Amino acid sequence: MITFDKAYFNLGYLDTLSYRETFVHRLDPRAKLIATVLFIVTVVSFPKYEVTGLLPFFLFPVLVFSLGDIPVMFILKKVLFVSSFAVFIGIFNPLLDRQTAYSAFGFSVSGGWISFFSIMLKFFLTITSGLLLIAVTSFPGICSAMQKMGMPEIFVSQLLFLYRYLFVLTEEVMRVVRARDMRSFGKKGRGITPFTSLVGTLFLRTVERAEKVYQAMLSRGFGGRLHAVKPYHFRAADAFFLAAAAVLLCLFRMYNVVGMAGRLSSGIF
Amino acid sequence: MHMADALLSPAVGAALWIGTLGTIAFCSKKLKDSMDEKMVPLMGVLGAFIFAAQMINFTIPGTGSSGHLGGGMILAIILGPYAAFIVMASVLTVQAFFFADGGLLALGSNIWNLGIYPSFIVYPLIYKAIVKADSSPKRIAVASVLSGVVALQLGAFSVVMETMLSGRSELPFGTFVLLMQPVHLAIGLVEGFVTAGVINFVRSARPEIIDSTLSTRPLSAEVPLRKIFAGLLLFAVMTGGILSWFASKNPDGLEWSIEKIVGRPELPEAGHGIAPALKSVQERTAILPDYNFRKPGEAAKTGPKSWPAPDPGTSVSGIVGSAMVLAAVLLIGALIRAFRGRTKRTP
Repeated sequence: MITFDKAYFNLGYLDTLSYRETFVHRLDPRAKLIATVLFIVTVVSFPKYEVTGLLPFFLFPVLVFSLGDIPVMFILKKVLFVSSFAVFIGIFNPLLDRQTAYSAFGFSVSGGWISFFSIMLKFFLTITSGLLLIAVTSFPGICSAMQKMGMPEIFVSQLLFLYRYLFVLTEEVMRVVRARDMRSFGKKGRGITPFTSLVGTLFLRTVERAEKVYQAMLSRGFGGRLHAVKPYHFRAADAFFLAAAAVLLCLFRMYNVVGMAGRLSSGIF
Repeated sequence: MHMADALLSPAVGAALWIGTLGTIAFCSKKLKDSMDEKMVPLMGVLGAFIFAAQMINFTIPGTGSSGHLGGGMILAIILGPYAAFIVMASVLTVQAFFFADGGLLALGSNIWNLGIYPSFIVYPLIYKAIVKADSSPKRIAVASVLSGVVALQLGAFSVVMETMLSGRSELPFGTFVLLMQPVHLAIGLVEGFVTAGVINFVRSARPEIIDSTLSTRPLSAEVPLRKIFAGLLLFAVMTGGILSWFASKNPDGLEWSIEKIVGRPELPEAGHGIAPALKSVQERTAILPDYNFRKPGEAAKTGPKSWPAPDPGTSVSGIVGSAMVLAAVLLIGALIRAFRGRTKRTP
């Protein structure tokens, strides 16, 4: 469990990563969003007992890490810390499915461990790709991509608004939580009742802030919609990137790359 | 209880995304027609508030464990169902991106599980039925606790359903339900108490915020009862249909059919193949009847017929192949890093 301060720091750091200037960062957000979705669907489409077929897919995060200049340890730590429902549910597989699926050299592996390992690989690949998408695209970029692909405007401006005030409010909440933790001697408060009045007070402050924000927006000519600052254009490079990603995904899905490498090695040695 | 990508099959993930996107479109249209523009910043800032408030952990007395707020019911009570759903969906979206809670494919399911139930089932059918404009704080508290519990029970049950339909977990349906529902009963009670506390607190400090939702937006005028019933009927048919799959003799049928639709195409080198042991394992298990629901004790009985004889030769080639692929992937990464490092240093 990470502390509040740490969570807040991570939030901001992930945001700053997205303002770097690399080839991956410069791609159109739509291309990156579509490619990520294709990647996740392809990974998840592998059946329950697939392990070797998933390995070539590590190429994609590795490429983004290196081309996008993203700190590997930061993302890996986030993946490890994520509250993992997948691990919690997946761990039942080895307990329930004990039939030996595979044995060599005196070791035997049950079907449950294989399917658990498959879930873990999928978990790692999908979570990493989501975090990498935000690290190389920026949240407003993803929002504008969604809007251009037909997401209703109200939802998109809601996302942008939330994102803009996230940091302000989280900082405020962080101060309140620090004060509370000090007063309760490092414990997390003194039960539900003080917590509700804490949240209630924060809520009232939030509403007052929203009223002030609204006044400020009105005086700047707000007419009911938000405008994106940075316009994006879908260029040839984006089309090429998307096509290359789609072709590679298809190849990795249809051909057993690990098996080919294995046969190649047995041919050589 | 965020659903995770790794437990979903593409068909289930896509189905729930379609449902979620449809609801977002529906709510956006509703809001566009009725909303005054003052709501735009209020919804945005409230979303940020719920996001931040969810990050606060508090000690639950007597248990030693800590809990945190969900916020779906608070939003529904204060903003009404449509705006509440949009706000909740936005909060979950930002969480999916920044905290990787679940993942992007599972986001559709998570918005469904945590957004639809409080806004469109529990709020209109339970909370609104109990609380009127002049209700006492005690009445509000009872309604909130009940709503919190029901919303989380529905959400948890959906998680079970989504996992079962995806067929990635080995957990039997009954065990899974017994695992999820009691845990979420406790979580729902806490959520309900917090919701009651916050609503009553806000009501005593700024009564106009809560009362305005109750008086100016009566649900009956907005959503015809017919539509609610139609929705419930659809829900019942869906649940019934899903349940009947599980009641059927061949519960793996769905996974089998999903695999048929999206599964791997015929392999060109399938015959003289590579790591054939693993692959035939996976092919056979997919059509093995009652596989998901088999109890550990029965495993031994069905033992010998389903697994192929392991062949050390193919396993060596499988392991070497895996190592080669991973090494190649890492090498590519390292080379790019090294190259980038040099180009950065030279100028």
